[in-house]
Amino acid sequence: MKDDKKHLFDDPKNIKYVLHILYVCCAILFILDFVIHRHVIHSWESLWGFYPIYGFVGCVILVLVATWMRKFLMRTEDYYDK
Amino acid sequence: MWMIETPAFISFFIGALIAAFTRGFLRNALMIIIPIVSALHLWTLPEGIHLQFTFLNYQLIPYRVDKLSLMFGYVFHIASLIAIIYSLHVKDTIQQVSAMLYAGSALGAVFAGDLLSLFVFWELLAFTSVFLIWARRTQRSYTAGMHYLIIQVLSGVILLVGTLFYAAENNTLAFGYIGLDSIAGWLIFIAFGIKCAFPIAHNWLTEAYPEATVTGTVFLSAFTTKVAVYSLARAYPGTELLVYIGAVMTCFPIFFAVIENDLRRVLAYSLINQVGFMVVGIGIGTALAINGAVSHAFNDVIFKGLLFMSMGAVLQMTGRINGSNLGGLYKTMPKTTILCIIGAASISAFPLFSGFVSKSMVMSAALAQGYDWVWLMLLFASAGVFHHAGIKIPYFAFFAHDSGIQASDPPKNMLFAMAIAAGLCIAIGIYPAALYSLLPYDTGYNPYDATHVLAQTQLLFFSALAFVWLNLKGMYPPELRSTNLDFDWIYRRAMPLMFKNIFSFIWKIDGKVRNKIKESLSYSFTYLAGKNNKLSSMLSRNHPSGSMAMWVAVVLGVYLLLSFIK
Repeated sequence: MKDDKKHLFDDPKNIKYVLHILYVCCAILFILDFVIHRHVIHSWESLWGFYPIYGFVGCVILVLVATWMRKFLMRTEDYYDK
Repeated sequence: MWMIETPAFISFFIGALIAAFTRGFLRNALMIIIPIVSALHLWTLPEGIHLQFTFLNYQLIPYRVDKLSLMFGYVFHIASLIAIIYSLHVKDTIQQVSAMLYAGSALGAVFAGDLLSLFVFWELLAFTSVFLIWARRTQRSYTAGMHYLIIQVLSGVILLVGTLFYAAENNTLAFGYIGLDSIAGWLIFIAFGIKCAFPIAHNWLTEAYPEATVTGTVFLSAFTTKVAVYSLARAYPGTELLVYIGAVMTCFPIFFAVIENDLRRVLAYSLINQVGFMVVGIGIGTALAINGAVSHAFNDVIFKGLLFMSMGAVLQMTGRINGSNLGGLYKTMPKTTILCIIGAASISAFPLFSGFVSKSMVMSAALAQGYDWVWLMLLFASAGVFHHAGIKIPYFAFFAHDSGIQASDPPKNMLFAMAIAAGLCIAIGIYPAALYSLLPYDTGYNPYDATHVLAQTQLLFFSALAFVWLNLKGMYPPELRSTNLDFDWIYRRAMPLMFKNIFSFIWKIDGKVRNKIKESLSYSFTYLAGKNNKLSSMLSRNHPSGSMAMWVAVVLGVYLLLSFIK
């Protein structure tokens, strides 16, 4: 049985659409930092864009380090079965 | 009243008996009724000690109810009800029986008021749950189950030794605050730590959970580690060491989760990460932190259950669970997709979902107590958990490249169980006051202030942005068919290899020594025989044993004859 129905993300335009929404949300959230008065506990928190930058950089580092870990941790799928 | 004195685990053990001897609709109905009735009973139960007796001069308290144990009691009932509904279609009696016994053991453990009762349920947890792993009936599940059982039993044995030390030191078995001031304290701490999947003692979890059956993993994810979290909260609140152990637990598994291919193993790593938050909370030990740890355990049982259920549904319907083999399932499993995303949003702690209202308490407590670096680690882990559990799981299973698999949404009972869990995730996220009213302390905490909501949303959206950016740049590690080495390599590869070499060396030496001894013995025998020959006496050489035996027989015969004559 072949499924010929067009699905939501079969159209690259829709993917682009979703990504654009994400970009706009990120921009708004970043700007909100300057608008909303925040009561912070730690001095780092009052730095502009602390949370967005920490989140972004943290994730990039996470992925890069994890990819590097593959170099010495990765074995074949049946490594322990042998 | 007898109803009050009947501990919660009894009804589940009776349930196991019923499950063993009934089939079909009757079994399903009774299995659903039992957790509901038991939960209603628990709801009406006043706090206090409801059952105790004396055993060898020690006071045993198998049924003690207070706010801390009640929280876990409630969530274990919810979890078992959801998991039972999820597994109603399973026809395998072994699984049904062991699941009921397992849930009962977990309830027994959290309501145990003394260390000996705790030990009994601690071991029962191990023995009853291992069948949920073995029930997969593959070679891998057998091996993983064996490792799981050995490590769990080891934890129990250490707990027993610690208990004996504790009884000798304090002359009581009461299970309350213990602390790290004595040998007993350390032993019990280690026993709890193993079950809590502390770093380097964590591989029983990541090895066994993904090898269990589709429904078994849902049960497993709910109970064992949460019993350990409860025990730590009872015996070691405010132990600073836990803050650092917990912080490590939140961070290191996310690296493994990012490169892991088996999506249920990704969830197993993320389970350790979530337990890390609870352990930090217990370590900080303030009212807010303990509340955070306990409520996060409560929420985690539900959203992690939901995620394991959605991945179980994928495994059940497609027969695959590796990220490299999946993708595009949103087309054919739309309901599962939505439910999975709700679980993913909850574990990522999006505002209005359950993770948000509990994890934030631990984070706030860490900041308030001046654990700056720990707070930064937790923040990193929060971003990381969104990355691997919040995005990776739904993305590689339901979106990404189209794998072309023709699947469909799972049976109704599985969908219904997931829907209950998803409903709870959202309900607790929107109306956290209900959850907070059950907590051990009243702290008047409000998660929904503008600062906090904004900070968390920023963190998550920019983590998502990082995912998108890495993917567009082609820097995101692809899902590869692989095994990643973790600490379990030590006992799955290094130690067997080492023992093999050591023993082959010992056998070699042993063989040589034996040969040497044999040679010198036979030499000395021939030498002695040569000497003996010269002195040979009549007795030794000329009377073979056969004739000796005959003469003895003759003497005995004569003796017998004489006895008749007389």
